[in-house]
This record gives sequence, structure tokens and C-alpha cells, in this order.
Amino acid sequence: MAKVTNILVCGIGGQGVMTATEILAEAALSLGFDVKKTEVAGMSQRGGVVTSHLRFGEQVLSPQIRTGEADLLVGFEAAEALRWGHMLRPGGVALVNAGRIVPPIVNIGLFDYPEDPVAQMRALGIELYAFDATTLAQQRGNIRLGNTVMLGAMADRLPFPAEVLLEAVLARFRSRKPALVEVNREAFELGRAAVAGNATLP
Amino acid sequence: MSASQLVPAAARLFLSGNEAVARAVWEAGVRVAAAYPGTPSTEILEVLANYPDLYTEWSVNEKVSLEVALGASMVGARAFCAMKHVGLNVASDALMTMTVTGVEGGLVIAVADDVGMSSSQNEQDSRFWGRFAHLPVFEPADSQEAYAMTLAAFELSERHDTPVILRLTTRICHVKGVVSTGERSEVEQGGFTKDARRWVMVPGHAKPRVPLMFEREAAIRAEAETSPFNVSVDGTDRRVGFVTSGPAYMHVREAFPDAPVFKLGLAYPAPLEAVRRFAASVEALLVVEETEPLLENELKAAGIACHGKDVLPRWGELAPEVLLPGLARLRGEPVAEPEHLEPQQVFPRPPTLCSACPHLGVYYTLSQLRNIVISGDIGCYTLGAGHPWNALDSCISMGASMGVALGMDKGRGEADKNKKVLAVIGDSTFMHMGMQGLLDITWNRGNVTILLLDNRTVGMTGGQENPGSGRDIHGDEAPRIDFAKLCEALGVKKERIRVVDPYQLPVLFKALREETKIEEPSVIITDRPCVLIDRYEPTLPYLVKEDACTGCGNCIDVGCPAIHVTRRDKEVKASGKEVDLAFVRIDTSACTGCGLCVQPCAPEAIVHVKPLRPVQPLKFLRT
Ligand SMILES: Cc1ncc(C[n+]2csc(CCOP(=O)(O)OP(=O)(O)O)c2C)c(N)n1
Ligand code: SF4
Repeated sequence: MAKVTNILVCGIGGQGVMTATEILAEAALSLGFDVKKTEVAGMSQRGGVVTSHLRFGEQVLSPQIRTGEADLLVGFEAAEALRWGHMLRPGGVALVNAGRIVPPIVNIGLFDYPEDPVAQMRALGIELYAFDATTLAQQRGNIRLGNTVMLGAMADRLPFPAEVLLEAVLARFRSRKPALVEVNREAFELGRAAVAGNATLP
Repeated sequence: MSASQLVPAAARLFLSGNEAVARAVWEAGVRVAAAYPGTPSTEILEVLANYPDLYTEWSVNEKVSLEVALGASMVGARAFCAMKHVGLNVASDALMTMTVTGVEGGLVIAVADDVGMSSSQNEQDSRFWGRFAHLPVFEPADSQEAYAMTLAAFELSERHDTPVILRLTTRICHVKGVVSTGERSEVEQGGFTKDARRWVMVPGHAKPRVPLMFEREAAIRAEAETSPFNVSVDGTDRRVGFVTSGPAYMHVREAFPDAPVFKLGLAYPAPLEAVRRFAASVEALLVVEETEPLLENELKAAGIACHGKDVLPRWGELAPEVLLPGLARLRGEPVAEPEHLEPQQVFPRPPTLCSACPHLGVYYTLSQLRNIVISGDIGCYTLGAGHPWNALDSCISMGASMGVALGMDKGRGEADKNKKVLAVIGDSTFMHMGMQGLLDITWNRGNVTILLLDNRTVGMTGGQENPGSGRDIHGDEAPRIDFAKLCEALGVKKERIRVVDPYQLPVLFKALREETKIEEPSVIITDRPCVLIDRYEPTLPYLVKEDACTGCGNCIDVGCPAIHVTRRDKEVKASGKEVDLAFVRIDTSACTGCGLCVQPCAPEAIVHVKPLRPVQPLKFLRT
């Protein structure tokens, strides 16, 4: 069977994990791949763990990525990336938004937030690119652009040209909010630049 | 509006199982579709509501939705209803007699099992209902099949005069895949035929119909033997052949690409002879079914030797990670673990109540009361059982808070004599199944204080309308139920019904103190909207004045996710006692200014901030 690409996107309810994966799926679909996408997102409320599995290739059977078989792990939050690090295949790559979202359960004092999730993952031997998508988005004037920054970061790690993904991002805005096309293009390029050959935090 | 404006034309679409079912229901010419929301099935009706040329509704519960569908079928319309697995428990009374009457217009019931329990109070196998009610069950394996089987189900329903069950699971409902779709075809509809022997189920009428039900089951079993949905997929490695259905089929193919597989689509009544022939072509047979060993037991009863739950679990998803060790056990081989990193220990991150959720005020107040027992129910407010409130003591099934509270009151012994019994229930849950329980409380003179949390939506499932929201499934204006009047009609004294603002902690506290003292049924209705619906109006966020915060941590006990600890410390009081300090900040991008945390803050360190950005409405997260 031809190779299937496995991308695991993880984060927290409300961060846009599912939308980002949807856009990634649209890009893969536009190239004629068979695509399956599945989510585990407890309930509608915010704040819980969300993972989205995207698999594409000539033919995709099970929608779920097996432990140790993700080619790419995209973490929208640092501790979540650490939580799912074991899903990566040997030689897989992690792209991590180093921004932290601390849940009430930690604020109450019942659990600790890991000291440095990114360093912990690197110590496990994971090839990891960390950046601060939230700050980059804020620099472009809107934290909602964080999603596009994350997509930009993935762009050069996919088995198809970055332009295909960029097009899928912009297509959404062209039809819904044309005024936001340019700023999203910039946010995408920021994300792309943030991981270009850079395995340490800026 | 014409169909072409609303609905994508026949094409290859990227659809979730839920969207694919909705599309097929529309194409099948269905005229009436009803449902009560429930994860993972909710989106089916949400999507259908946007299609033209059919009537859709949110019903108050699943039983009513099934009865609405049946009524439509009686007058000859094709009808559909959808629910989550536990919904069919509620609707089952209607189901068990509908199977005797049969249908006029085609009737399909989609029931979604939450295999793996991502968002449910239990796990149960809805395929049982097919066996119990002698109804055919389709089990799609992906979105394309969900679409195709929905269409086939309507055809089968009419041809065999039977309701049909479409069994979905979370891994069908919420997985997106590529689907080739068609267009809607209108179906000829006759009128209602008055026929008491068919529609009026009294013993004399039901008796002659029961044998018909069994004949129908036998006829469908014969059809299943050659159904194009029941197929065998060849494989070169004949040591073990698999019999499977639903999403487990995809997992089997993924895990064992070379194995022969018999795939069931029209899965009940099972085509036993076809499986017998398949079994003869392989050395051993392994049945892979989520979740109970229903087919396995039927095969064994038919004398077909097979394995199943001796090597596979009876709960949870049968993903490749579960199947591979299962097969290794069957063969007596060591389990080959794929190479991967050790999972790292990370704090749990359960879902939280939203910032400014009106339930926060309720649970903060309840957490301050002592000597109480709180009978809870199902909804966002079930999270009140968790930290930091720990203020919900039971949760069983929709509406159970009422009867359970009454039972606690009546059954209590010496040890609980002085405890106050409370019940907490959401608006939608109350109308689903809670009202009857309240009637039981008033009629039987129970001593229970009920908190009815009216947030004007079904929060937990993504903000659907309900009879208390004053809108229908399309968001159009609809009659709005008045909860205070309803409770009064159910027998609660008018003076024992209060409507309070859950953001006013002292008011809520006082109402609770007073009502729990009085030994008769009382209802406290909270009336703030869920923050994720358009009726919620966010206001200016707050911030913490760093120099004024004394680190007492009182605000943290509210449980709002926008409050973050910046620094911890210890202080030795004059008494010599050491206390923990936690200094905080508020995430202004998440705060919408409800003011709950302001109230327990003694040094008045929490103040309004000037907005850096316009206040933006929040939205539900949808899968
Ligand atoms: C029989 C049954 N049907 C549906 C569900 C899914 N479900 C869980 S809670 C809930 C309703 C919650 O709404 P509400 O009572 O208004 O509380 P809120 O979530 O808004 O706080 C639903 C529909 C269920 N658990 N059981
Ligand atoms: S969705 Fe609504 S009801 Fe549920 S936690 Fe959020 S604000 Fe509260």
C-alpha cells in the first residue's frame, strides 16, 4: 500500500485545532488525495484536550493514527505537545507553539505544569521546532491569526508544496472575509519563517 | 429559497458521518426529521435544518422525536429521527411497539453509540435494540457508507414495512471522509389510511401482527445473505479470517492488510450462511465487533466456531492498537509493541466551565454550604462535581436528579437526618425528563430544594434551542415556556419559587439558605444565559491590581479558567499558623466581566480594565 501521511494536531478546546486541521485537509483534498480526519474533543465547552488526526494518501482506511506513527505533531500548546509526543514515529518532527495555557486544575494547586515541556521533548530526542505563535499573531494585530501562523509553520513539512496550503488558507478568507486575505498571508509567512531551519526558541 | 442555493449539488464532498447521513436523508425525500441533541449525533439534525423541503424539529426528548417520526410515517411521509445511544433507552417504549405496527412512509432511526465514551455517562451497544425489537440494523464503516446505507435503509423500510436502525458510532459521526452524493428525489406520498387493526395496538390487534414481525425478520435475514452490503474481501493470509462491521472494519483492514475479511453492512439479521461459507475458507475466525459479543454468540449458536471476546475487549474502540495484541493472544505469540517513545506524565486537563459561565456562581455558592446532599443531573453543570467546587453528589441519567433527590429524602436514616437535600438540573434536562420527577416530589410532599439552571440553551451539546429559549431549530421565534409558571403548575407553591441572578452571590446564597430551611419543595431558578449564545452580552473585562492582591486565593475558588496564579508563597499568621498564598492575574482576553470573582475579593483588588479591543462574542466549539 502506498504511504499514508499522518499528522496529529493537538491543543485545547477553543484554540482552533479543528479548523486548522480542516484547512490542512482541504489542501490535501485539492490534490486528489484520499483524506480522513477524526477528532477527539470531549464536550463543547472550552478548556479540554483536543486532538485531531489527519491522514491522507492514495487510500486511507482507519482514520486513527497509531502510537508511534505520526509523521508530524503540531502542538498548539506546549504541555499538550508533550502529552502526545509518544505518537511521533522515530524521526518524526514536532512543531510547537511554546505558549502556555494553564488550566484551573493547576491554578488550584492540585497539579504542576511541567517546567519546560519543549526541553523535555528535546531531551527525548524529538526533532522539535518551537516558536511563540501567540506573540507572532499579536504582532500582526490579532491573536486569532495564531491559527494561520501555525499552518504556516507546517507548510514546509508537508509532502506537497507550501503554496497549496497557503491557497487553502486564503481560499477560506477570500469567500468569507476578503479584507483579511493579506494579513493572513503575512501571518502564514511569519509561521513559515519561524521554523525555517531553527530548532531553538527565538 | 431554491434547493440549489442552499445545498451543494451532487458532487464529491468532504463530509463527516453525521453530514453524510443528513445529506442522504434529504436526498431520500424525507419530509419530517426530529431529534433531541446528544453527542455524537447532534450535527445530523443541525445540518438537516439547513436543507429545504422538509420539516425539522428539536423535540423535547428522544421518545417524543421518535413518536413524531412515527406519526409522519403513518400519514405516508418518509420520516427520520436521530439520537445518541442513551436516547434510545428513553425512546424504547415507542420503539418496541412500532416494530409491531410497522410503517407506512419509510422510517429510519439513527442511533449513535459513544464507543470509547468521549462524551457520555456510559457505553452501551445499540445493536441490541435490533435484536430486541426484531428490526434490521445497518452499520456503516465510514462517511460514504453512512450515506449509502441511509438511502438503502429507507428503501428497505418501505419494502419490508419496518422501522430501520442505522447504527453509528463516534468514529463514524465525527470522522470526515470523501463522499459522492446525488440529488433529492421526491417520493410519492399516499394519505393516512384509517385502519385500527394496524395502528391501534390493543391485545386483539397486536396478536395477529406479532407473527408478521417474525416473518419480516426472517425475510430480511434471507435478503441479508445476498445483500451487496455484506461482502467478503479476499486476502492471502488465510490463517485468520475476520468477521466485522462498522468502523472496526477499517481498523481490521489497516492492521491486517493481507487477511480475508467478511464485512457486514446490513448487520442484523446476520447472514449466517454467508458467514459459514466464509468461515470454511479460513483456518480460524475472529469476530471483531464494538462492543458486545452479539454476533459472536449468534455464530456460536449456529455452530460456527469463532473467537471474539476471548481475545478482544468488551468495551472501547477496537482500533489497530487493540487488534494487534488481540490477534497475538489468539495465536499465542508475544505482543509486538511498535517502536515509540514512552508517554510522558502530564497533568490532566478535563473540560472546564467557561469563563463567566453562570453555573460558576451556583457552584461557588454551593461549595460554601455545609451539611447538604446535592443530587445532580446531566449537562455542562455536571462539571460542578469536579474541582474546585466538589458540589454535585450524583449524576445518572437525564432528569434523574429529581427522583434521586426524593428517594434520598424519603430513604434517609439517622445519619443524614439533618442534611438538606438539593437537586440541580439544567433547563433542557428539566424539560426532557425532569418535569415528571418534580411532579412526583410535589405530589408526594418531598423536602427538596431544586436549582433549575436556566441558561436558555442546551449548553453541553453546543447551544441548541429548547422550549425555554423562545426559538425553534431555525432560530425563529417560537412560544417560550415560563419556568416559574410551569413549576407552579407542577405543584410548587408560588412563594417557594424564586428567580435569581446567579452572578449575585449574596442573593443566591440567601435564597439557598432560606429555601433549604423550609421543609417543602422549592425551586430556585437562575436566569443568566450561557456565555456562548448570542443572548449573552460580554462586558468590560477585569484585571487584578498587583499591589492590592494579598494572595488569599478566594477568587480561585470561583473556578473561572480566566484566573491564573502568578506566584505562590507562604505566610505565618500572628497565631503562628502557616497559610499558603497564591497571587493571581486575570487573562483579560478570556474575561467577559461577569464580576463573580470580584465578590469574594476582600481587598477589592479586582477592577475593570479599559478594553484593548472591542468586546467580542464567544462561540461554541464544534466537532
Ligand atoms: C437521554 C439523553 N439524551 C441526550 C443526552 C445528551 N445531553 C447531555 S446533557 C444534555 C442537555 C444539557 O442541557 P441543559 O440541561 O440545558 O444544561 P447545560 O448544558 O445548558 O448546562 C444533553 C442533551 C444524554 N446524556 N442523555
Ligand atoms: S457552554 Fe455555556 S453552559 Fe456550558 S460551560 Fe460554557 S457558558 Fe456554561
